[in-house]
Amino acid sequence: MKPQNYSERRGRWIPIMLVAPLVAFIGVTFIAPLGSMLKESVYDAEVANTLPGTVALLTQTWDRESLPSEEIYRKLASELIERSTEDRSVIGKVANRVNRLVPGTRSVWGKTARKLKNIEASDFRATLIDIDDRWEELELWHGIRQAGQKFSSRNYLHALDLEVSDEGNVVRVEEEKRAYVTLYLRTFYVAVTVTILCLLLGYPIANAIANASPTVSKILLILVLIPFWTSLLARTSSWIVLLQGQGVINDILVAIGWVQDDQRLSLMYNMFGTLVAMTQILLPFMVLPIYSVLNSMPPSYMRAAASLGANPIQAFTRVYWPQSLPGVYAGSLLVFILALGYYITPALVGGTKGQLISNMIAYHINNNNWGLGAAISMIVLVSVMLLYLLFDRWIGINKLKLS
Amino acid sequence: MNVAPATSTSELGKTVCAAIVIFMIFTPLNATESITVVSWGGAAQKAHEDGYFHSFEEVTGIEIQVTEYNGGLAQIRAQVESGNVNWDLVSVESQDKVIGCDEGLLEVLDDLELPDGPDGTPAEEDYLEGSLSDCSVGTITWSTIIAYNANSFETDPPTTMADFFDLEKFPGKRGIRRIPEVNLEFALIADGVPVDEVYDTLSTDEGVDQAFAKLDSIKDFLVIWEAGAQPPQLLADQEVLMTTAYNGRIFNAQTVEKQPFVIIWDGQVRDYGQWVIVAGSPNLKNARRFLQHVALSSSLAGVANRISYGPVRRSAWDLVDKHIPTGIDMRPHMPTHPDNSKNVLTSDAEWWADHKDELTERFSAWLSK
Repeated sequence: MKPQNYSERRGRWIPIMLVAPLVAFIGVTFIAPLGSMLKESVYDAEVANTLPGTVALLTQTWDRESLPSEEIYRKLASELIERSTEDRSVIGKVANRVNRLVPGTRSVWGKTARKLKNIEASDFRATLIDIDDRWEELELWHGIRQAGQKFSSRNYLHALDLEVSDEGNVVRVEEEKRAYVTLYLRTFYVAVTVTILCLLLGYPIANAIANASPTVSKILLILVLIPFWTSLLARTSSWIVLLQGQGVINDILVAIGWVQDDQRLSLMYNMFGTLVAMTQILLPFMVLPIYSVLNSMPPSYMRAAASLGANPIQAFTRVYWPQSLPGVYAGSLLVFILALGYYITPALVGGTKGQLISNMIAYHINNNNWGLGAAISMIVLVSVMLLYLLFDRWIGINKLKLS
Repeated sequence: MNVAPATSTSELGKTVCAAIVIFMIFTPLNATESITVVSWGGAAQKAHEDGYFHSFEEVTGIEIQVTEYNGGLAQIRAQVESGNVNWDLVSVESQDKVIGCDEGLLEVLDDLELPDGPDGTPAEEDYLEGSLSDCSVGTITWSTIIAYNANSFETDPPTTMADFFDLEKFPGKRGIRRIPEVNLEFALIADGVPVDEVYDTLSTDEGVDQAFAKLDSIKDFLVIWEAGAQPPQLLADQEVLMTTAYNGRIFNAQTVEKQPFVIIWDGQVRDYGQWVIVAGSPNLKNARRFLQHVALSSSLAGVANRISYGPVRRSAWDLVDKHIPTGIDMRPHMPTHPDNSKNVLTSDAEWWADHKDELTERFSAWLSK
């Protein structure tokens, strides 16, 4: 190799230096939070660190079938008193963790910690059960033992409506408690349907914009962009005004006599409303990539197809459509991924079925259940990445064209 | 062309310098003490501001910075755990008060001295049961009730909680909030469970099943709302026949917007509005002074004369009088008025703190089936 001169070496470094800030930015704002989220979903040391002695005894000496020994009750009582004197908040955090595994036991902890301080006890099992008879329930002790494991897959099991049965097998939870699998499926169903609707509606618009005279195409483009610039909430609310029972569309249908006044159509608070509103809101993300691809396609190709004897349908399917595919892929991917994360619009116009998986993520994050929120997020993220890999395998990511 | 930017840059620099100098000169003069108070916005917050925020500022000279939030402990927890607390006082929901107090996110107030009532009643006796706790000072009683638009009924309007679940007598849509709280209680009350047995019933698996079965009977007719502003809108548009709602929102629509709405008080679920101090508040002393000011009967009545949220001190009841904007008598509109209090359930915050996680999941699962 010939020795590199100064300008060549510098020429290589400049692009790297230029992207360095972005790489650092992504590292700090994206990769690092993702990593910590992944950790949150499998690691929780709150109970193990607060009640180390109790957890150790429960893991090592307890038979799991009868009430724990007096030694374990005494250890728990002493650790409760010690920890709550140091810092009154740690017991609340333990209560929070155990209550997730054994619902209805949060208040046991605060009550017990408060009362223990004023009691000189010799028989701790009797004393604790006297303070609150839930200390007599095996389930609570199982909960403490499980919550005491620093690493666990319980968040992932929970996020897939699974649980570990008493025999140690992974089983589905009871029918009426299954919450998440339905939501993933519904979320994917909504995202796929919205993507297809956006494509069916967006392609002709993109085509019209690309092939119209400059003036008309400018007007059409503005018509696509104005809603794009409008606040999401404003657009969702406008759909409510249009679709509701006493709304504009129903009023018009009643006025022209197509619908009886007492039989107004249910256009919202159902899946129909969700799909209509989300499709309209996400349409620009489909139109713009397709338009930019179509716009750069020389019109001579279609003329060539025609002059070689293709009828308009053949010309479209064999010449026009294949060339527009990079835009179609890009638009579909954008719309699909954005639709997966939507929740305000479905929540407002979707009625009882308006809850999508993002609503549950938001709920758990707000209620300090970061572990479960993180597990659900990771499941969604991994599914999207799998879809992306499949897309790459079948179609090729290099076929994607955003402009 | 290339001179102009240089000039403007240096002028900009001068302006900025001048601004900084002026700021530095005037800041000490303006550096009055202030506290940050966080509430829910809307007509209720306005009532609190006019009711006693302004008089607090006048009496103490401490400025109140008002911020809004949408409930939940997430923001309080983030501030406390990062050690960067910039909220002083927050108006929280009852279960969040319980959880926040247990987790040490809130200041303990058991040594806070509250003023006696005007008639000399000591504070502990004057406050309604459950409206004071180790970490909170109550302000108002509010209720979730059923409301309907009088225009939707020509004859025989609904009158009881059972009517809300009766699709045969009253076919049409119903609005409920997208959370299990209150809805499960309503379902049991409508199913004939006496109000004093509601939480005992809900503590059993069969009781929870019973509540969900009752809700299931009207599920196909449900419209779900999220924000307190939605129910009055749903009624005004006659989008629903009846809806659950906060009584103050309906009162506001009845009086200020002149809507023909009617409240069904039967089976109302009552709760307390409460102030808490965030643990590690930078203005703890002033925040505690604020709570002592809130506790004045005149402050509580100041709110009650602007919106139909009742005072939590018995002694303030005598000060409840005319609605300040419209002049109507406030008392018949209060959830605590004897005529409205025939069948009342007080929400059990401790119970919900224990069961919220489990029931919220089941409720979402039920909704999405």
